[in-house]
Amino acid sequence: MTPLLEVRGIDKSFGPVQVLHDVTFAANPGEVTALVGDNGAGKSTLVKCIGGIYPIDGGDIVFDGRPVQVHGPRDAGELGIEIVYQDLALCDNLDIVQNMFLGRERRSGLVLDEASMEELATQTLDGLSVRTVKSIRQQVSSLSGGQRQTVAIAKAVLWNSKVVILDEPTAALGVAQTAQVLELVRRLADTGLAVVLISHNLNDVFAVSDQIAALYLGRMAAQVRTADVTHAQVVELITSGRSGDLGIAQ
Amino acid sequence: MNKVKELPGEAIVTAKQSPSIGHSVTAYIERVRGGDMGALPAVLGLLVLCTVFAIARPAFLTAINVANLFTQGAAVTVIAMGLVFVLLLGEIDLSAGFASGVCAAVLAVTLTNMGLPWYVCVGAAILTGMVIGTVLGTLVAKVGIPSFVVTLAAFLAFQGLVLVLVDEGTNISIRDPVIVAVANKNLPVWLGWALFVACVAGYAALQLIRAGRRAKRGLVADPFSLIAARVGALAIIGGVVVYVLNLERSRNPAISSLMGVPIVVPVILVLLVVWTFVLRRTAFGRHIYAVGGNAEASRRAGIGVDRIRISAFVICSAMAAVGGIVAASRASSVDPNTGGSSVLLYAVGAAVIGGTSLFGGKGRVLDAILGGAVVAVIENGMGLMGYGASVKYLVTGFVLLLAAGVDALARKRAAAAGLR
Repeated sequence: MTPLLEVRGIDKSFGPVQVLHDVTFAANPGEVTALVGDNGAGKSTLVKCIGGIYPIDGGDIVFDGRPVQVHGPRDAGELGIEIVYQDLALCDNLDIVQNMFLGRERRSGLVLDEASMEELATQTLDGLSVRTVKSIRQQVSSLSGGQRQTVAIAKAVLWNSKVVILDEPTAALGVAQTAQVLELVRRLADTGLAVVLISHNLNDVFAVSDQIAALYLGRMAAQVRTADVTHAQVVELITSGRSGDLGIAQ
Repeated sequence: MNKVKELPGEAIVTAKQSPSIGHSVTAYIERVRGGDMGALPAVLGLLVLCTVFAIARPAFLTAINVANLFTQGAAVTVIAMGLVFVLLLGEIDLSAGFASGVCAAVLAVTLTNMGLPWYVCVGAAILTGMVIGTVLGTLVAKVGIPSFVVTLAAFLAFQGLVLVLVDEGTNISIRDPVIVAVANKNLPVWLGWALFVACVAGYAALQLIRAGRRAKRGLVADPFSLIAARVGALAIIGGVVVYVLNLERSRNPAISSLMGVPIVVPVILVLLVVWTFVLRRTAFGRHIYAVGGNAEASRRAGIGVDRIRISAFVICSAMAAVGGIVAASRASSVDPNTGGSSVLLYAVGAAVIGGTSLFGGKGRVLDAILGGAVVAVIENGMGLMGYGASVKYLVTGFVLLLAAGVDALARKRAAAAGLR
């Protein structure tokens, strides 16, 4: 299978500190690729490089087989790369539809086209089999943590996106809500999207991912199929960068 | 919260049937109990104040006093309508009062001293307001000085500017019949009623068309009963007001007749419709709420946050200019005190009393009108009761504090109810 999103040999420094060293990473369509690593390993930096928030110092980003330049969040959005950040970036004082279309409102002439936005938002939420919200016109402030995560994810898939990157989607959630969101993550991949899941929680990672990519101190320790590794091996990759034959050569 | 849980939680997303009027009422009560009170405190306050003053001083409800209320409160209300935009972003404009003074002085100088036609002078005054807003907004958005400090500095500087414009304290009188008419003349009786019918019919038509379109597309629409209730309420309130304003209020009708809706009323109505449309129906308005709710999320969504901030200050100062013109019209003159003393605090008070949050993200232009009415009623009623400036200031300060307190407590309550 050819990867939909591939980064090859990415370097990134902030001043004298090199955060990413020659990182290579790939995400296939229809699969959940988990990106794991300890605090400060460079997960968020890698994602922000892909999303165009940080410019890269060296290396290539290849999308759908062709090299691309991502100079800002707009470029990433146009390619079909959507990132759901940990803080969700929702406006509490707006309702679900207004949040999903924020910054990209549909208009007919000067006026907002509320009806068609509401229809599309309903379709998207139905497509994700989300039926736990009372009304699509309720304010986001009245939603639970899991529902807010769902809205943020639905906002990301609304735009015919091809790659959805989720930054710690379950970090702040309870047990039942985590299960709900993980189920949603799996469904996204099953619809053919390439899903990248950043997580600290290895239980979550093993529950939904097809591949695991482990970062260690800014280097890619290994990207392996989830079925081929054990829990303990992944922990070793995260904490010491290698495990048996896997990982960074000594 | 119990009531909500009884509703079928899953079905409503794809529900095709309209909610009944009962559901709407229940949902409203839930919102109020959850801390989202909207305009309720202002409406209740208005009712209580009017009742108290009407009992204590029967003169309060005479036609001449009711008409006075409208012209007294107009300038502050217009300034408050502009302030809503800045408050929606969670910012503040302390200079709006003296900005209105500066713009009124520009009007007076161009009109009386230079003798230009009134429409040129009004344009110049509003343009002055827009320039002021652009400068303030740029300092806040681009340079990053807190709006409190920028506008406090402007508050002082504009006092000086007004003095310069009116030559260190002279009083420039305004004699242009069009400008003077704005706050001092009335519509003919028939035009008042025609305006009333047009407003009610237009509102009803808009509501029905909107509900019809939504129902046709299978979306949840407001039920007919709810629309009928809203239109009915508007018709009753508007009808009573127009009827009272159309009564003869001259002491000696044989010599000069005095009746009709003051011209400022349609002026304020037009401003209300225009700005409500901008806030509720355009992408620009949506972005103002978004920036007030979560500026970082708006930035990531690709909204030009700086542009929105500057626009809000431009709108605020331009509306302050309109308020200044109304004030100049009412006094038929401009002096160094125009837009000074309590104008700014009354305007901020009006917006906040009406239900606009000082924390940003919540508020409507209509709030400013309701709050402006409360402020005007207090000032007018206290005057009738024979209290002096001291008591007026004390009471208005207390009411402002009360409104801000209600806002802050409602926010706390909403946080407790998981609504924020």
